Amino acid sequence: MSQDIKNDENLWEVPNAVPLIKVQGVTKRFGSFTAVDNVDLNIYKGELFSLLGGSGCGKTTLLRMLAGFETPTSGTITIDGVDMTDVPPYERPINMMFQSYALFPHMTVESNVAYGLKRDGVEKSEIARRVDEMLAMVELSSFMKRKPHQLSGGQRQRVALARALIKRPKVLLLDEPLGALDKRLRTQTQFELMNIQDKLGVTFVVVTHDQEEAMTLSTRIAVMDEGSFVQIGTPTEIYEFPETRYVAKFIGSANMFNGRVTQDGADHIEISVNDLDTKFYIDHGASVRLNAEIWIAVRPEKIIISKTPPEKPGPNQLKGTIHDIGYLGNMSTYRVEMSNGMIVDVTAPNQTRYRSAKHDLDWDDQVYLSWAPSSAVVLQK
Amino acid sequence: MGPLQRGGVTKMNTRVFSYINAWITKLQSRWQTIVIAIPFYWLLLFFLAPFAIVLKISLAESIIAIPPFTPLINFAEGGVLTIRILFDNFIFLMEDDFYVKTYLNSIKISGISTLLCLLLGYPMAYGIVRASPATKNILLMMVILPFWTSFLLRVYAWMGLLADRGTINNLLIWLGMIDEPIRMLYSEFAVYIGIVYSYVPFMILPLYANMEKLDTALHEAAADLGANPITTFLTVTLPLTIPGIIAGSLLVFIPAAGEFVIPDLLGGGNVLMIGRVLYNEFNSNHDWPVASAVAIVLLLVLVLPMMVYQYYQSRKTED
Amino acid sequence: MQRKRSTFLFSVMCFGMAFLYIPILLLIVYSFNYSKLVPVWGGFSVRWYGVLFESEAVWAALMLSLKIAVMNATFATMFGTLAGLALVRFGRFRGRLLFSGMISAPLVMPEVITGLSLLLLFITLNQLIGWPSERGITTITIAHITFSMAYVAVIIQARLAGTDQSLEDAASDLGAKPFRVMTDITLPILAPGMVAGWLLAFTLSLDDLVIASFVSGPGANTLPMLIYSRVRLGLRPDINALATIMILTIGICVVIAGWLMLRKQRQRDQDMQLAAIETLDREF
Repeated sequence: MSQDIKNDENLWEVPNAVPLIKVQGVTKRFGSFTAVDNVDLNIYKGELFSLLGGSGCGKTTLLRMLAGFETPTSGTITIDGVDMTDVPPYERPINMMFQSYALFPHMTVESNVAYGLKRDGVEKSEIARRVDEMLAMVELSSFMKRKPHQLSGGQRQRVALARALIKRPKVLLLDEPLGALDKRLRTQTQFELMNIQDKLGVTFVVVTHDQEEAMTLSTRIAVMDEGSFVQIGTPTEIYEFPETRYVAKFIGSANMFNGRVTQDGADHIEISVNDLDTKFYIDHGASVRLNAEIWIAVRPEKIIISKTPPEKPGPNQLKGTIHDIGYLGNMSTYRVEMSNGMIVDVTAPNQTRYRSAKHDLDWDDQVYLSWAPSSAVVLQK
Repeated sequence: MGPLQRGGVTKMNTRVFSYINAWITKLQSRWQTIVIAIPFYWLLLFFLAPFAIVLKISLAESIIAIPPFTPLINFAEGGVLTIRILFDNFIFLMEDDFYVKTYLNSIKISGISTLLCLLLGYPMAYGIVRASPATKNILLMMVILPFWTSFLLRVYAWMGLLADRGTINNLLIWLGMIDEPIRMLYSEFAVYIGIVYSYVPFMILPLYANMEKLDTALHEAAADLGANPITTFLTVTLPLTIPGIIAGSLLVFIPAAGEFVIPDLLGGGNVLMIGRVLYNEFNSNHDWPVASAVAIVLLLVLVLPMMVYQYYQSRKTED
Repeated sequence: MQRKRSTFLFSVMCFGMAFLYIPILLLIVYSFNYSKLVPVWGGFSVRWYGVLFESEAVWAALMLSLKIAVMNATFATMFGTLAGLALVRFGRFRGRLLFSGMISAPLVMPEVITGLSLLLLFITLNQLIGWPSERGITTITIAHITFSMAYVAVIIQARLAGTDQSLEDAASDLGAKPFRVMTDITLPILAPGMVAGWLLAFTLSLDDLVIASFVSGPGANTLPMLIYSRVRLGLRPDINALATIMILTIGICVVIAGWLMLRKQRQRDQDMQLAAIETLDREF
């Protein structure tokens, strides 16, 4: 599902590759409030780049600065080698799909889609041809003469997409592209968006607060918090190797432990966790100092839950009682209470029918948790 | 006997309950009826019925008596009903080009004033919408404030400004731009100023309400697709504010066409407007049938714009 | 939101506000003019205020106008509220079209027509049933109620349309009978609208010249009628003094009311923001 397998070459990994969008030291202040705080970012051609974060993290402001609706307080934005500082929105080689879609309510679908080409003075026959082509691509050819209010939410979304793509922009900005759609339609539209991006080769920059959406769509994700990037990486990197507690918590869920480094080898580290009688053994090196207080995270699905104790005691093992069970159908979430009162979440697939004779995990059962040495990650803060 | 008795009681109960229920329903429906009836009959008696009387008197003949018109319906001997309908008053209005001219002049003056209000009010409404939230509230209050202060006194204020020896003339003479005072008071110019001054808030408010509802993303979308600010205005803002333009224009045009105070105080005897003629016909000439006919014709002239306004209002409440 | 300074909009706004306020300011300035000739400055003085306060006619007219305004505002608020309620909450009923037409027509009806038609009604009624025996405070009040209630109804309609019908539904779901729903839910929701309506009806009545002159009888002179009879012959400094008092009184009231409303609104926005931040903090 991840995009980085599909692309032959990931430009961000190529040394000396020229980025399509170059954001350098950009800051945006509204009065005393700093929305975007001195960020640097390179986005390469053909990427589907997501800006991910909670509300007020500055992702939308950054997007609007790319579109030209906001001017940076300081810093520069370069698109395809051209400095965009003094270029008004209507002269940028960028188009945007708005969160509210912003379809012109007094125009038909056809005129909405044709609007951008008309502004460029494209010939009438050429406009008609390209509108037809574009509407065919988003499968709305039979809705040409309708007004926006006569369309469903999903159809409006596709009109907005067609309208933004018809000028063949170098970059398409999408502000919460799936935010207004219901869950079923979302999944379907996600894949449509990916197909269209693949077909047209346009660079997409997506703003979203939905981590699932970002994970599915993106080649790379930038997680934002309080106006800065917390981590930039591929979906796999972000999920498997979160750098901070914020990222670990924001993308998926994670069990976090606070402990002290007791061994620091070249290929492993060992941590003792405060008032839990177990050692954490991690088989990949991390830049930590001996005796340093650090945080580590273990994803719930990486933990094995069992009623039988492990064959021999060792690191990465915990004991507790089941405090709560959340049944999700394909899997269940178990909230396991440790001896010190801490709760550890574990998810496990329901391979047997829930509550059948063989499915033996129940409330108040004593259980043993364990995980592989590669599963835990060290967080920086 | 037991089950039968029980059945009887149940039946009784059901009947009592259904009776009480019916009574409550009736009371509730009557409660609604009362809520509607009070304002409804008030308006029927004091708003609609008077028009019927105006219509009746406009068809009567003027006589020197109290009241100064002939009764329309006479019960002649033997109970035979004779109805005297006289269109003389209307024919009189049509034949005397004084009235025709006055009607046309009223429409011209209120039409031009409406246009001037639009030219001033549109950018002001747009400016208010685009202002920051704090400034927006202050500007809105400043537009509404004159509306709460006396209309008559605001018109009077312009008498002091426009008079031959008024503030503007004094200022211009002092600046050396003119030697003799310009005659501004008691002219059509003064009437235009007065109408625009008094009615421009009625233009600004519906326009503001209309523009405020527009998604700012629409303007950004137009800019994003390559429209410069002027094209954005012409292709997006203007077409989407037409309902506001129509509502505001009608709110200015309709009352301005029947305006009495402004032409009387600022226009003097030189500006013919129908509201003033009607007032004089009634209060000075005591020709009630002609005054009524003037009113009926004015109403007919304004009925179309009023219906358009009604249509837009009802559509607005439906949204 | 993009907020580029537009010189054009800024200058039109300045011009418009100057246009709206300079005449009023000059009116006030000249009320302190010693000279009898209004536009000729003869030094600062409050003598015209003295002249004004000594005039019995002014006091009588003011009292009459206030009486009419209070009665009008009270009845117009009652009737207008009922009308607004009926139009927004009762769905379709017989005569609804006529009703809504009669409610909104007075808003745009030229005053001369309303005044003339009401006068003719009063004369006809007098002939038929002997009432009203004379025209004055009663007839003016009735006339004012008729057009003021339309304004109140509009305010109430706007207020009701902006609130959720489900509040009332929730109350009846929890066992409130229709009358209780009205007293517990609907009226409290409407209260701010009714206050605004009362104030508007009060000002409209205090402001009306044309309709009052039609339906008034001998001896009943409202304040606008008195002002009109004096100013139609030219500028008078005592009228400037009267105008200053009226404009400042109403202006200060409106500014205070507006400021209170603004403060309440700001407080609410702040509370909502705080609540939102708290929730966010809890989530992360």
